[in-house]
Amino acid sequence: MLSPAIDVATGPGWLENPYQPHLARIVRIYRMVPDNWVFTLRFLDEEIGRNFRQQPGTFVMLSIPGAGEAPISISSSPTRPGTLELCVRRVGRVTDALYRLQSNDLVGVRGPYGNGFPVEVMHGNDLLLVAGGLGMAPLRSLLWYALDRREHFGQVTLMYGAKNPASMLFREELVSLVDRTDINCLLTVDSDPGGTWKNHVGLLPKLFDRARIDPRTTYAAVCGPPIVYKFVLERLLPLGFSKDRILMSLERRMKCGVGKCGHCSIGYKYTCLHGPIFTYWDAINLPEMV
Amino acid sequence: MKILKLPKEQLDFFASVLQQFGEVHAPVRTRAGYSFRALERWSEACLDYDRTVLPPKKYFLPPRETMLTYRRPDGYVAGSEGLNQKLVLFGVHACDIFALNLLDKVFAEGVFPDPYYRTRRRNVAVIGIDCEPDEHCFCPSMRADFVERGFDLFFYDIGDHYLVMVGTALGDDMVLATGPLFTPVADADIVEYKRRSALKKTKYQLEVDLRDLPEIFELEYGSEIWEELGRTCLACGNCSTSCPTCYCYDVQDQVELGSTEGPRVRTADTCLYSQHAAVAGGENFRHSQASRIKFYYYHKQRGFVMEHGRPGCVGCGRCIVHCPVGIHVVDVINRLRGVRDAVASH
Ligand SMILES: Cc1cc2nc3c(=O)[nH]c(=O)nc-3n(C[C@H](O)[C@H](O)[C@H](O)COP(=O)(O)OP(=O)(O)OC[C@H]3O[C@@H](n4cnc5c(N)ncnc54)[C@H](O)[C@@H]3O)c2cc1C
Ligand code: SF4
Ligand code: SF4
Ligand code: FES
Repeated sequence: MLSPAIDVATGPGWLENPYQPHLARIVRIYRMVPDNWVFTLRFLDEEIGRNFRQQPGTFVMLSIPGAGEAPISISSSPTRPGTLELCVRRVGRVTDALYRLQSNDLVGVRGPYGNGFPVEVMHGNDLLLVAGGLGMAPLRSLLWYALDRREHFGQVTLMYGAKNPASMLFREELVSLVDRTDINCLLTVDSDPGGTWKNHVGLLPKLFDRARIDPRTTYAAVCGPPIVYKFVLERLLPLGFSKDRILMSLERRMKCGVGKCGHCSIGYKYTCLHGPIFTYWDAINLPEMV
Repeated sequence: MKILKLPKEQLDFFASVLQQFGEVHAPVRTRAGYSFRALERWSEACLDYDRTVLPPKKYFLPPRETMLTYRRPDGYVAGSEGLNQKLVLFGVHACDIFALNLLDKVFAEGVFPDPYYRTRRRNVAVIGIDCEPDEHCFCPSMRADFVERGFDLFFYDIGDHYLVMVGTALGDDMVLATGPLFTPVADADIVEYKRRSALKKTKYQLEVDLRDLPEIFELEYGSEIWEELGRTCLACGNCSTSCPTCYCYDVQDQVELGSTEGPRVRTADTCLYSQHAAVAGGENFRHSQASRIKFYYYHKQRGFVMEHGRPGCVGCGRCIVHCPVGIHVVDVINRLRGVRDAVASH
């Protein structure tokens, strides 16, 4: 028995099966940093590729045949359609299996999922992107979105901190932004063992001394390990940032991506549906958030 | 709503007619307790049961279900066993039907309806039956002692007849398939229905007050009660496995050695297990049993209210009956509220 309002589908409804992965081909593997590679994917079915509407900050469920499924942020910007770039850290069963694949091999992709950054709301404002370590992966889509739609934003600032130059994600690409005038690109490393690093050395929060941020006109997007949130908030809040102008991308265990399996819950929200982008206001109001 | 009555002695005839609508399943007494099963003969059906061990959610979210199979060169092919089998569940209690209506909110409605669940929901007819509360029931507190929808037919005992509410066109077809067995209700039947309904209301022994319960949960987030429950709870998962509204699942790809082909299977899971919120790098967002049992209660009594406007609990009492260490949901809620002697009898 199903109430009539719901019972509209005829046939088994497989056409709209949200669990159906679509086959995509690996067209490029960029061995960026050991255990942090970038995989460029293209859907076999062009129609699916064309209709794939991601927002910066959304993610896909990536299936590797024989291994399983894992949520992975989309690192490429919707302003550059056609392929999807996933920056994947090798940590376990699914990601190991992905690292064993080669160009031209097939994977499964479904999505995009999650709320993404509220880019329409952010239009017309300054942007401050703060990433620590692997946090650059989900922020990169927003970064390129802003650079490609530059007219929609005021001042754009990126602060990114990594342990050392060798572990910096997208290093070459980001270093090439340092001299651009349409973005204040601040890159720092905790230490520079090779002694060849031309940018900043020091902890991420120190970069705040290098930027002029107006909290009334800025949206801050923060992503990184828990320690990054702690130290970045200690800088943002005294500046007078309103709690809903601070956006954070959170990770939880996920088994479905579509609000069913229950694994991604934080307090009373599902990260896959209500997140993964949460405002700081959400964060302090959800038990077990950070 | 169309309301009719059926003489009790005609029930087995009606049941035989039901077979044309699908395989008839009803509660059967087993060594482990009552269980919904396919009937071999109608006499096996036990309609005056208290509660089944597993709720009828097993028909809609099977404890183990194949979702897709990976095969070269087709990729992931969707499909699941028994999806299109027509069943008739006879004798489902109001609280369990209410719970299915709640599962609909998660699996049939919203942005990503689940086609497996929806298909099973379309193929399984539900015939409800009135019940006698026992010392573990508190469905009125959860406002789940009656259902307005979610059944094809609903049977109320009014003495030598059943008063039958016809909920859907399919239910109507079932009625019509029996010829003139069902007849209109008389004034005396309505009086008897109301008398029994009023009497039933007096029989409940447990009560919780839902008013501002989400706020109480917020206020008591740091309560010592959670630590105490965490020390007692064995993480066996019985309370969740047997709960008609719990729906968490896990997903695994099963492959044969040396191959990448095979099924993707989902299995029932529970937030009381230690790995439920574990993520990469050994981090676990709910690292203690106290945090897990707290989450179990929060999701039902706080989160579900935020999301769907009411608690994710129907007061069926299964978690009370099946907890090996006597953790008692009504007791937990009332202690949080500061009402200590509300549980009269346990
Ligand atoms: C919204 C979102 C976006 C994400 N974006 C990215 C991204 O862009 N790039 C990226 O690399 N990752 C991303 N992740 C994380 C990624 O999903 C996980 O690293 C991935 O699921 C790991 O899958 P796996 O099968 O390879 O690892 P698993 O085999 O699941 O294991 C990973 C690690 O977790 C531990 N682990 C796994 N299961 C358990 C368990 N049950 N108990 C205890 N420990 C366990 C293992 O010990 C292992 O170290 C994202 C996650 C989310 C939720
Ligand atoms: S929480 Fe307990 S009483 Fe409530 S619906 Fe679940 S099993 Fe029944
Ligand atoms: S049934 Fe009792 S012991 Fe088992 S998980 Fe639930 S609360 Fe814990
Ligand atoms: S990942 Fe399954 S509910 Fe969010």
